Amino acid sequence: MLTDPARRSAAPAPDLGWDSAPSPALHVGADGVLVAVNAAARAILHSAAPGRHVDDCAPDWLAQAHRDRADEKADGAEHAGRVDDRTFLAQPVGFPDGGVMWWLIETTDVSMLREDLRAERERADFLRIASDELLTSLNVARTMEVATELAAGRLADAAWIIEPDVRGRHTAVVCVRGERPRRVMLDVRAQELPGLVEALQGFPPVPSRWIDPRLAPAWVVPDGFGSMGSVVVTALPGHGVPAGALILLRTTEQRVFSEPEEAVARLFAARVGAALSAARLFEEQSSITDILTAQLLPPALERADGVDFAGIYRPAQDTSRLGGDFYDVHRLGGGESLALLGDVCGKGLEAAVLAGKIRNTLQALLPMADDHRHMLELLNSSLRSAHETRFATLVLASTARVGDTVRVRLTRAGHLPPLVVRGDGRVEEVLGKGSLIGVLPAIETSTHTIDLAPGETCLLYTDGIIEAVGGPLGGEMFGEDRLRRALTECAGMPAEALVAHVLMLATDWLGGAAHDDMAVLAITAPTGPQPHGAGTDGATPAR
Amino acid sequence: MTDTASPAQSTASTYYDRLWDAVIAIDERRAVDTVLAALEEGVDPETVLLDVVGGVQRRIGAAWAANEISVAQEHAATAINERVVVTIGGQLPRPQQTRGRVTVACVDGEWHALPARLLAEVLSLRGFHVDYLGAQVPAPHLITHLHRTSPDVVALSGSIPTRLPVAHATITACQSAGVPVMVGGAAFGPGGRYASLLGAQAWAPDARAAADRLAQGPLPRTSSHQPIDDLPHLADQEYTLVSRTSTQLVRTVFAGLEERLPEMRDYTDVQRQQTARDLADIVDFLAAALYVGEGSLLNSFVRWTADILAARGVPAASLTPALSLLAAELRDFPRATSLLASAQAALAAHLS
Repeated sequence: MLTDPARRSAAPAPDLGWDSAPSPALHVGADGVLVAVNAAARAILHSAAPGRHVDDCAPDWLAQAHRDRADEKADGAEHAGRVDDRTFLAQPVGFPDGGVMWWLIETTDVSMLREDLRAERERADFLRIASDELLTSLNVARTMEVATELAAGRLADAAWIIEPDVRGRHTAVVCVRGERPRRVMLDVRAQELPGLVEALQGFPPVPSRWIDPRLAPAWVVPDGFGSMGSVVVTALPGHGVPAGALILLRTTEQRVFSEPEEAVARLFAARVGAALSAARLFEEQSSITDILTAQLLPPALERADGVDFAGIYRPAQDTSRLGGDFYDVHRLGGGESLALLGDVCGKGLEAAVLAGKIRNTLQALLPMADDHRHMLELLNSSLRSAHETRFATLVLASTARVGDTVRVRLTRAGHLPPLVVRGDGRVEEVLGKGSLIGVLPAIETSTHTIDLAPGETCLLYTDGIIEAVGGPLGGEMFGEDRLRRALTECAGMPAEALVAHVLMLATDWLGGAAHDDMAVLAITAPTGPQPHGAGTDGATPAR
Repeated sequence: MTDTASPAQSTASTYYDRLWDAVIAIDERRAVDTVLAALEEGVDPETVLLDVVGGVQRRIGAAWAANEISVAQEHAATAINERVVVTIGGQLPRPQQTRGRVTVACVDGEWHALPARLLAEVLSLRGFHVDYLGAQVPAPHLITHLHRTSPDVVALSGSIPTRLPVAHATITACQSAGVPVMVGGAAFGPGGRYASLLGAQAWAPDARAAADRLAQGPLPRTSSHQPIDDLPHLADQEYTLVSRTSTQLVRTVFAGLEERLPEMRDYTDVQRQQTARDLADIVDFLAAALYVGEGSLLNSFVRWTADILAARGVPAASLTPALSLLAAELRDFPRATSLLASAQAALAAHLS
């Protein structure tokens, strides 16, 4: 019968396997003196033996746990700690005499796994955040800033990203933890930092390289960084092109890089390399696009020789700025100008390229601008001989001031008739026939001359305006009638306001629906003398 | 001078009056001369831009809203004002660009570019590096521009509340490109109440305040959130359905009005079109109210429409059946129903 507690406490025998139990166990008396220590406990606590005080032979955390228990403090608290490099959870089993059996459950594997998991989560989080942030921008400079800031925040105390050299100079960004990244031009030799030349070449793939901090040149240490403990140089893998190098710096207070940390640095470098090469490709492609686009965009128009010209343009596709509608105004000297507006069938880049060719051809034909018919005939045969399958419509308008008025000579080639907004709000259509350009071997044209009094406008526009489908009730075409009615309210309107107004009416009518290319050109006789600085100040913002 | 206003202020207000006269007469030369004279006399360039030109522009907007001038007149006057800004641009001091880079643009579909242009000029005066993109900038161009130039902030201007959904898409797109957004303009509501709702990092009531805020330091870049986080009520799809079927709604309500209002049979073509346009506007404002999740922009639009109808000689009470017909069409949509009921109440209070 195990009913006598005193007896049980004093002598835990018979053993029943207690001494050889796999978990360490210490029987501590109410006075803190060890009563018994099993074999597993003796194996880890070498000085523990019956008769010794727990304070003298157990680790501090266990001795403290025992005291707390005796003082009835920290009830329900978990007692855990290290013995050498192993971790244990101490489970007390109390005896009625105040003695305690401390069972030590080993948790070394569990805590190592926990620690590994935490570190792994942290690294995964870092790489996820890094990917998110690196993905945001396609700007090379910005991507370098983001990358150094990320690296200096998590991987190191400071980070450099150094671009491959351009004529002996390296563009670089450096960031010290807690500060903003700085952009610098490095006029240094890459050879000065061991491993940098190889990393900048990007190929063949080289492992990240540890540098003895004493070998690093002075420029590597950012101002106010303190003394350097460790340096790692890593190549940024570019896709087909060298993307540069990442240099991580840690101060002497920080530990050196561990193996998993180095692995993360390599993964990070791979993401930075990918982001930087994408940004470089985008930069190159978009600068090519910009240059080509600029050649094909309608020009900014100016007041020329006492005549106001204004144009506005909206391509069918929002993604490219180009389309098949076009306009130009050429000054011919002697107070004359040739304005033109046209429409290549189709839209998008192919139409824009043909529109550009037509504009070039017409520019070459300017010496015969007096003879619209001849000009159009030459353009027609040029388009036909180039085996263009597309055709175009066009209006030519030669302008010259005659006193206060502007005389406009108009020739239509298959295009919509121009509208004239008179001073009293009347809107007139300039009639006359004319055939498409680029279809038949011979073309028909007829030329009409109109005079614009001050404030009056001759408006050229493409079919994208009146064929806009929408309206409040949906499915209706904007139509020429509606345009003419709107123009009756536009007497005396400045050229720029008029073209913007017409485009706004058509765009509002669309209400966000898809549309064709739209272009509007106004030729306006200015009211009164010209304002200050006149002559070249009539720029219309081009888009 | 016995005037309590400072000499500079009273000078500015003299030029303001003179510029208004020139602009409303569509006299470009006089307008440019007036503003050049103000600069020559030493009026502070920022005052010239914001209080003289900007002040006149606000008055043009108010005159249009009060139906005192037509849309065409408003455009003509605005064009003169824009020309003034372009022309005096060369006369303004251009300090060193020491304060970071700002992209100034309008919400796509916005036609009122002048406030953005004035902001661009003021920021240049304050030493910012400014890229002014103007109005009618499709979002893909804006984003491409941001990737190419990596500015510190985008200043986005919007005056039309019905473009708020587009503004939201643009704000989100800019932020996804890593660039914070400051918004301004009447579209963002009194006190900029819709600015934070749509996730903008900052709002400014006017160009001066915008420049002051940007001069204080950069806006925070990161705002990692999904657009739907801003507007959880969009989950009910009411905005989507109403905006997708808007022309159908306008047609149905239009037909219903023709039955209810016998006088509509005598309407001219132009009047019928105007009525359809008004209905389309109401549906657009309803959609915007569904988007932001509150009705004040719809209510104030309905009150304003009532005033405009009265000015046009159309009985404003005809709005009441229009709203009822719309509510009947949308009876299965609880949020739309309650927004229309609140608009109906606002209209009744306004007309009484």
